[in-house]
Amino acid sequence: MAEARNVNSLQPNPFQMVGLQPGPMRGPVVKARAKDGRTTIVRLWAYLRQRRAHLWLVVVSTAVATFLTLYVPYLLGRTVDTAIAFRNPQQLTAMCLLLMAVYLISVAATFVQQYVAVSVSQQTVKEMRRDLFAKLLRLPLSVIDQRSHGDLMSRVTNDIANVSNTLNQTVTQFLASIMSLAGCLAMMIWQSLWMTLVTITVIPVTAFIAQRVAKFTRRCFAEQQRELGQVNGFVAEMVSGEKIVQLFHQEQRVTEQFRERNDRLRRVCVRAQSISGSMGPVMNMMRNLSFAVIAFAGGVFAYHHVITVGVIVSFLNYASQFSQPVNQLANQYNLVQAAIAGAERVFEIMDQPSESDGQEHDTIVPGHLRGEVVFDHVSFSYEPDCLVLKDVSLHAKPGETIALVGPTGAGKTTMVSLLTRFYDADQGAIYIDGIDIRRFDKEALRRQLGIVLQEAYLFSGTIRENIRFGRLDATDEEVEAAARLANADHFIRRLPDGYDTYIRPEGTNLSHGQRQLVTIARAILANPSILILDEATSSVDTRTELQIQEALWRLMRGRTSFVIAHRLGTIRRAHQILVIDGGRVVERGTHEALLAQQGVYYRLYQAQWARFA
Amino acid sequence: MRNLLPLFRPYWRVAVLAPVCMLLEVAMDLAQPALMARLIDQGLLRGDLHRIIGVGLWMVAAAFFGLAAGVGCNVLASIVSQNFGADLRQALFERVQTFSFRNLDTFSLGTLVTRMTNDVTQVQNLMQQLQQGLIRGPGLALGSIVMALILDRKLGIILLIAAPFVGVFLYVSLKVASPRFAKSQRALDHVNSTVQENLAGIRVIKAFARSAYAIARFEEANEAYTRAAMRAARIMVVNTPYMNLVLDLSIVSVIWFGGHLVWRGMLPLGNVVAGINYTTQVLTSLMMVSAMLVNASQAMASAHRIADVLRAEPDIHNLPDAVLPRRCQGRIAFRHVGFSYGDGHGRRVLDDVSFEVKPGQKLGIIGATGSGKSTIAHLLARLYDPTEGQVLLDGVDVRQLHLGWLRQHIGMVPQQALLFTGSIRDNIAFGRPGASQREIVEAARVAQAHEFITSFPHGYETVVGQRGVTLSGGQKQRIAIARALLVKPQILILDDSTSALDVATEARLLAALQQQFAGATVILIAQRISSVADCDVILVLADGRVAGFGTHAELLATCPVYQDIYASQTGQNPVESTLTGQTALREEAADLG
Repeated sequence: MAEARNVNSLQPNPFQMVGLQPGPMRGPVVKARAKDGRTTIVRLWAYLRQRRAHLWLVVVSTAVATFLTLYVPYLLGRTVDTAIAFRNPQQLTAMCLLLMAVYLISVAATFVQQYVAVSVSQQTVKEMRRDLFAKLLRLPLSVIDQRSHGDLMSRVTNDIANVSNTLNQTVTQFLASIMSLAGCLAMMIWQSLWMTLVTITVIPVTAFIAQRVAKFTRRCFAEQQRELGQVNGFVAEMVSGEKIVQLFHQEQRVTEQFRERNDRLRRVCVRAQSISGSMGPVMNMMRNLSFAVIAFAGGVFAYHHVITVGVIVSFLNYASQFSQPVNQLANQYNLVQAAIAGAERVFEIMDQPSESDGQEHDTIVPGHLRGEVVFDHVSFSYEPDCLVLKDVSLHAKPGETIALVGPTGAGKTTMVSLLTRFYDADQGAIYIDGIDIRRFDKEALRRQLGIVLQEAYLFSGTIRENIRFGRLDATDEEVEAAARLANADHFIRRLPDGYDTYIRPEGTNLSHGQRQLVTIARAILANPSILILDEATSSVDTRTELQIQEALWRLMRGRTSFVIAHRLGTIRRAHQILVIDGGRVVERGTHEALLAQQGVYYRLYQAQWARFA
Repeated sequence: MRNLLPLFRPYWRVAVLAPVCMLLEVAMDLAQPALMARLIDQGLLRGDLHRIIGVGLWMVAAAFFGLAAGVGCNVLASIVSQNFGADLRQALFERVQTFSFRNLDTFSLGTLVTRMTNDVTQVQNLMQQLQQGLIRGPGLALGSIVMALILDRKLGIILLIAAPFVGVFLYVSLKVASPRFAKSQRALDHVNSTVQENLAGIRVIKAFARSAYAIARFEEANEAYTRAAMRAARIMVVNTPYMNLVLDLSIVSVIWFGGHLVWRGMLPLGNVVAGINYTTQVLTSLMMVSAMLVNASQAMASAHRIADVLRAEPDIHNLPDAVLPRRCQGRIAFRHVGFSYGDGHGRRVLDDVSFEVKPGQKLGIIGATGSGKSTIAHLLARLYDPTEGQVLLDGVDVRQLHLGWLRQHIGMVPQQALLFTGSIRDNIAFGRPGASQREIVEAARVAQAHEFITSFPHGYETVVGQRGVTLSGGQKQRIAIARALLVKPQILILDDSTSALDVATEARLLAALQQQFAGATVILIAQRISSVADCDVILVLADGRVAGFGTHAELLATCPVYQDIYASQTGQNPVESTLTGQTALREEAADLG
């Protein structure tokens, strides 16, 4: 049997329409690069809305506190004017008690307002963080591979922190500012319309300047966040590659590269802070200027006996009460700008298409797969014009073991990536049990596959947890049984804490071979319908490999398996061996048939033993 | 915090100027009411329109002068704080460059990154605030108390009574706040490292369809952080109302006592009003200070974490009289070397290992997973120091050699081929950025990488992702090998770095190495006997001990462990007993005979 028959070319392929083939993506797909703050705010609101009741509580308590703040000066004035001026001890005591009562209510309102606001903001940000994280996990690999992890990290940490700080402080302050603005205005109009008009002439000027500064500030902040992302990305990458840096004695050069980026950030930061921070003094000046205007205009009015001196004094009071929220509004505006810039970057990720996007609604959730796998004229490229797979076809009957051999970079791992739907084929289709895999629910499909990847990645946590990752409801006995099958039990028991040994982030306290054993145990525990071993034992010594091999063969019996290996000894028993070279299937057949053919496989096989001569 | 102060030195002149500017702004603010009083007293009440206009213009001038001072202060403060932050980041980065591998193992990647990013930002923000607020807040408070005391001693005393309440509260809340903020920061660290590792392991998560599980785990960290952050934030929540309460009680006291004083004719009415104003001012400025101090305690936690990194002593560094030999011959000797990772009481990875390699020899190291093969390479390159015994290069203990010199002469290809974001060309030239294109291509040729690199549309300029993702494992390994070859090391270490290569490619690679690096000492750590078979000497390791040392033929004859490995790889076993395997074995046996 030198060639697998191509059964599936006859099957109808409803997905050959161009639009349904996502393919690899080039660069971030920019759906709504929300450079306008409004869209971003609306989306932030969508998060806040879930806590409407709490928000109402914040609004009400803010209103109470603000009203009382405006009421107290009036009360104070009356106490001075009536009780003290008319020497009335009873009234003084009564007024003092009233003041105390008002103050206590106001303090209570402030407490409620802040207490609730903190929980609203923290919970909101928590949800955002979770959503962003969940989104990161749903992103197609093509998108993740293109971005530096540091940049993605920076979005989950820095940008969300920005949003959090703002929500924390600004939500309440903003409300308070607006309310006291309105209250102040009412009190002023009540006292003198003319003086009010004079006082508020300053507002359009202030507003104009504030807007100009804010616009500029937002640009600076966005630039600052971008540079910060760059620096943080660089830090993350270099710190993770620090060992390589030191091995090659490149500390100095890398430091210089960092200095370059850091200095760029430094310049941008100085500019952004200088400009944004100037808002305070500008507002301060506007307030002082309004003092001057009121005093001057009031003086002229009083000179002509339109108003009394007392009104001027009270207007000066109100002007300062009035300018304070305006002043704060400006500061808050700055904070909001930083937060919007951060939120924009968060939403930019949220707007990336998910892996499941473009999936039909009636996706199939497979129950148990028999494991018939067909590659039907599959072509694929990561980058345009650089085909990695060219017209690959194969047919694996249920329970068969298929071995993929060939030089590195031939496209073997890519075939696995297509089968697991990390990527989708550009042309042709892959069928499992006769169903185009694009019609399967991705997660459901992957749950049926047991994969041991080239890179043996473990998570921080105990060894037990890492093995149990394969099947979450497995008992301790099952975990250990899987480890025994994978020949990992021996070394695990020799570790100080056995199965409860804590694996450091990135698994640095185990050797690569040990990590591979754990990942094999993980896949064994998953008990999948289809098993994929991508260089699963490359870093395991050969004696151990032999022992695992026996277990793996047992595991493969009865389920369709794909095995990628360089050591040809490990694949002799396969039902079909496909020799892949340059993205094409160049030979296929059983071990004996291929050796008899004396082609590529024969030469590869010879090369392996030739070195013993 | 004290550790960070030296970084301030370059900016102290500017740092002093900023508060001076702030003082000017405050003075201008204080001048306004005084000017206004003059406008009313001298202009309005006397009906002097000329005077009104004159003083009015002065007020405008003061406003603008205040603006200039305020902007000046802010710009100066920005210059100091942002430069300070950037210098801090730089210092941290440079510190990490001096870290030994043991240091790097102690700080996990996630926390190192947060310390260099978030924590620096925190400290930087504090600097900016302190420079502006440190003068304004206490200055206004002190000034107001003094004014109140001048106005009327009895009213002033009310303020003096209220002030300790604020002070004690501030002290207590800071005491409580610091640990809470530290805890919240640690929780945030955990969130960040969770994100970091899930990003790195995204393929595994997807492969096992475990995103729900990963999200649940993240939620735990997220929830813990939210709780910690809320506990910290609640201190602020108590803070403001409490301060308000003290302020309000003081005002009521002023009115009540003031009223009685007025009736006894001891105080003019206007002074009561002024007293209220001063009380308000003192306490609002104290509130400003308290908010700042809470921020400061938050930043202090960050400062400590930064200082941790800056303080960490690298346990591997050059001796003051480090030896810098003129040339490196490549003679390697291990003498009774013992080693364990961790702080010495971990499992012994190497135990009494001794062997010697002559210059230009090819040493193969073989042994089971975890037998200590890589550790030998790590000790030779002095990534770690041995716990016992000595590692000698050309007869000199590597601990006495200049570190830079040592690593310059050792080219190592680690087990896991880590590439940096950038072009393939930059990655190969990583160890020698000045290399010419010809040299780079030459290195790639020897590493058997040239062919696949040129098959890419962009050739050597092809950009690889953060972890070289679009490349296969074997491709990454070959680029990592080319990277090591380009530095033309006298000692070349291949640490199981051909595991993802097919045998034919590996054979070509080894042949090319033989040709191009004939004079270099080569250490070949491998799993396959075929890889090490024609090394000059082979070291067989078992459980951290030397199980055999000699040539292929010698070991095959005498070393049981080696015989075992050989048998497992040449097919004489239950799994692989095909004709060809046996033929190979028979040939081999004939060879020996």
